[in-house]
Amino acid sequence: MGQSALVSRAVVAQGRRRPPPQGKGGLLPWLRRNLFRSPLNALATLLSLWVLFVTLPRLLGWAVADAVWFSPDAEACKQAAGACWAVVPEKYRVMLFGTFPYDEQWRGMLVIAIILGLALYCALARPSARTVAASWMAAMALVFVLMLGGVAGLEPVSTHQWGGLPLTLIMFVGTVVGGVPLGVVLALGRRSSMPAIRAVCVGFIEVVRGLPLVTVLFMASLMLPLFMPEGMSIDKFLRAQLAMTLFFAAYAAEVVRGGLQAVGKGQYEAADTVGLNYRQKMIYIVLPQVGRIVLPAMMNEIIRAFKNTTFIGIIGMFDVLRATSTAIQDPVWVRYSIEAYLFIALLYLAMCYGMSRYSARLENELTVRR
Amino acid sequence: MTPESTGRQRPARAPFSLRNAWHDVNTRAWIYQVLVVAGILGLAAYLIANAQHALAKQGISTGFSFLDARAGFEIGEKSIAFSSTDSFLRAYGVAILNTLKVSGASILLATVVGVVVGLGRLSTNPLMRKLASIYVEVFRNTPQLIQLVFWYTLIANLPRPREALSLGGAVFLSNRGLAVPWLADHAAPWILAAVVLAAFAAGGAARAVLARLARRHGRPWPGAALGSLAAAALPLAAGVALLWPLEITTPALRGFNFQGGLTLSPEFVALLLGLSLYIAAFIAEIVRSGVQSVGRGQIEAAHAVGLGRSDLYLKIIFPQALRVMVPPAAGQYVSIIKNSSLGVAIGYPELFNVNNTIVTLSGHTVEAIAIMMSIYLAISFVIAALMNLYNRCVQIRER
Repeated sequence: MGQSALVSRAVVAQGRRRPPPQGKGGLLPWLRRNLFRSPLNALATLLSLWVLFVTLPRLLGWAVADAVWFSPDAEACKQAAGACWAVVPEKYRVMLFGTFPYDEQWRGMLVIAIILGLALYCALARPSARTVAASWMAAMALVFVLMLGGVAGLEPVSTHQWGGLPLTLIMFVGTVVGGVPLGVVLALGRRSSMPAIRAVCVGFIEVVRGLPLVTVLFMASLMLPLFMPEGMSIDKFLRAQLAMTLFFAAYAAEVVRGGLQAVGKGQYEAADTVGLNYRQKMIYIVLPQVGRIVLPAMMNEIIRAFKNTTFIGIIGMFDVLRATSTAIQDPVWVRYSIEAYLFIALLYLAMCYGMSRYSARLENELTVRR
Repeated sequence: MTPESTGRQRPARAPFSLRNAWHDVNTRAWIYQVLVVAGILGLAAYLIANAQHALAKQGISTGFSFLDARAGFEIGEKSIAFSSTDSFLRAYGVAILNTLKVSGASILLATVVGVVVGLGRLSTNPLMRKLASIYVEVFRNTPQLIQLVFWYTLIANLPRPREALSLGGAVFLSNRGLAVPWLADHAAPWILAAVVLAAFAAGGAARAVLARLARRHGRPWPGAALGSLAAAALPLAAGVALLWPLEITTPALRGFNFQGGLTLSPEFVALLLGLSLYIAAFIAEIVRSGVQSVGRGQIEAAHAVGLGRSDLYLKIIFPQALRVMVPPAAGQYVSIIKNSSLGVAIGYPELFNVNNTIVTLSGHTVEAIAIMMSIYLAISFVIAALMNLYNRCVQIRER
C-alpha cells in the first residue's frame, strides 16, 4: 500500500512499456519489498538491526551462555560472568509461598493448581455462565478451607502467614469476583434518574479514581481500624481485599457505564413498551448486551487488577514481589536479586500476556458474530 | 366527541392512599433515596463516633494545628530549603515539589518514548514493527512495581563512581545515580523553560496572523515562514541575553562522588524509568490507534489534491489523530502522577512517602491522610477539568 497504489498510471503507460511485475516469491524480492523499499525504510531496517546487534548478543551471553543454573551455595555464581539463575531453585519456596509454614506449602501449591486450572478450564471449554459461577464459588470455598485449615486434620494457618502466589491469586480472584458486580451496581446508579443515588455513585467513582491505589490501601490498613468500634478488628487480609475490590469497582463501573451508553436507546424503549420493569429490563435486555460490548475493556481492567496485586506488598503483605524481596535479603544471594526479580517479572508476563491474548481472541470472535 | 375526551388528557389521579403511594414510581424513588442517604450518613456518623472515641482514649488531639509544629526529620531530596527544624507544612511543600518533579520528567520521557514506539508500530518495516510490539507487550504486561524495583536494583548494582559508565566523558552512570552537565545557575532551567514556552507562543501567534493575512490577500507572503521563525527567535534571544554568559558545568569525579553538573539520585532515576517506560507502552498504543483512526478517505483525498508526505502528516493526519489521542493520553499522565506514590517502595521522598513519615511522627493519622488525599484529588481534578476544556475546544463542529 502507500502512495504508488493511488497514482493513476493510465497516461504513463501510453508512452513506455512498464517492466513486468516483480516476482512475489523468493527471499530477495521479499527483502526488497519489505526491508529496503525506500531510503527511510532501509534506514529503519538498519536501525533495528543495529539495536538487535548491540543488545541481543550481550543479553543472550549474560542470560544463557555464561549463566549458572544450579549452585546450592552460589560458589559457581561468583566465578561466572553471566546470570545466576541458581537463585530461583534455591529460593523458589519463599518466592512462591512467602511466610506460609514450610511443611504446609503443598496446600498453597494445590490452591495455585485449583485457581489456574479452573481459569484455564473456563477459558478453553467455555461452560455456561451458571456453571462458571457455581464452579468458582465451590473452588473458592475449597481454597479458603485449604489455606485456613483447622478442619479435616489440616493445621490452622492464620491469614497473616499467607503469602506468595496463593495470596496474590486469591486477592486477584476476590477483587474481580467482588468488583465486577459492585461496578455494575455503581454504573447503574450513575445512570439512575434518582439524583441522590446518582450523586452518591458519581462521588464514589470519581473520588476513588482520583486517588492512587497505594493511598486507598494505606487508608484501609491504617485508618479503618481507627473507625471500628472498640474491641472489633478486621483482619488485615480482608482490609486489603476490601480496598482492592472498591478500587477495582470504581474503574469497572466506568467500563460498564460506557457499555450502558452504547446500548441503543431503542432497546431501553422497547423493553419499557413491552412492560418489563427496571430489574427485568436490565437483567434480560440491557446487561447481556453490555457484557458483550465491554468484554475487551473489562479484560484490560482485570489484567490491570492482576498487576496491581503487587501493591499490597507496600502495606506489608507478602505477595510474590515482597516475598521475593524478602527471600533475597539472604547475604549469600543478595547479589543476584536482579535474576530473582526477572524471574517473577517473567511469571507475571506469562500470565498477563496469556490473558491479553485470550482477550484479543474473544474480541475477534465477538466482532465476527455480531 | 368533545375535544376534552381525546387521549391527550391526563388520567384522573387516583385518590390518595398508602397502597397507591407505594405503587407510585415517584414516591418510591423518594423512599429509596432517603433510605440510601440516611444509611450512608448513619454509617459515617457511627464510624466518626468510633474514631473520636478511640482518639480521645489515646489522648490525641484532633485538628490541623500540628502543621506548624517542628517536623523533626530530614528529607534527602529537596527543591526548596528544608531542615528538621522546619514545619510539617513545609515538609508537605517539599514532598509535593518532589512528586511534581519526578512526574513532570516522567511525562516528558514517557511521551518521547511512547511516540517513537507508537510510530515504530505503524512503520511499514516489519522488523521495526516487531521490535516496537515486543517493547509494548513486555512493558505493558509486567507490573509497574516490579519494573520499578528492577530498575532500582539494577542501578544499585552498577559500578561505583570511580568506575562509572561514561558517555563521552560528560554523562556518568554509577550506583550513585546519573550525573549530567547542567547550567551553573540553578534558576536558569526555569527561565529557559519559560523562554521556550514564550518562543512557541510567539511563533504560533505570528503564524496565525500571517496565515490570516494570506487568506485575506489570496496569496501567502513569501517570507511567512521566516517571519514566524523570527517571532519565535525573539524571546529566545532575550532569554539567552538575560542569562549570558551561559555557564555549563560538567560533572567530574572528586573523592567518592561527582561534583558539578547535575546529579540525579538513584531513587529519582529508578522512579523516572519505572514510571515512564511502563506508561510509554500505553502511550505507544494510543498513538497507534490515534493515527489509525484517521479515515482512509482523508489520506486518499490528501493524495488526490497532491499533498506531499510531510503535509499529509502535519496537516491531515496529525491534527485529526491528536483529537483522538489527547484524552486517553491525559489519563495516562494522571496515572503517572498518581503512581509516583510507588516511590515509597524505593525510598524516593514524594508525597505519599513523606506523608507516611508525618503520620508516624505527628500521630495525626486522619488529618495527614486527609491532606494527602485532597492533594492527589486536586491534581486529578484539575487535569480532568483541563481535559474537558480541551475536548470542548477540539470537538468537531458539525454544521
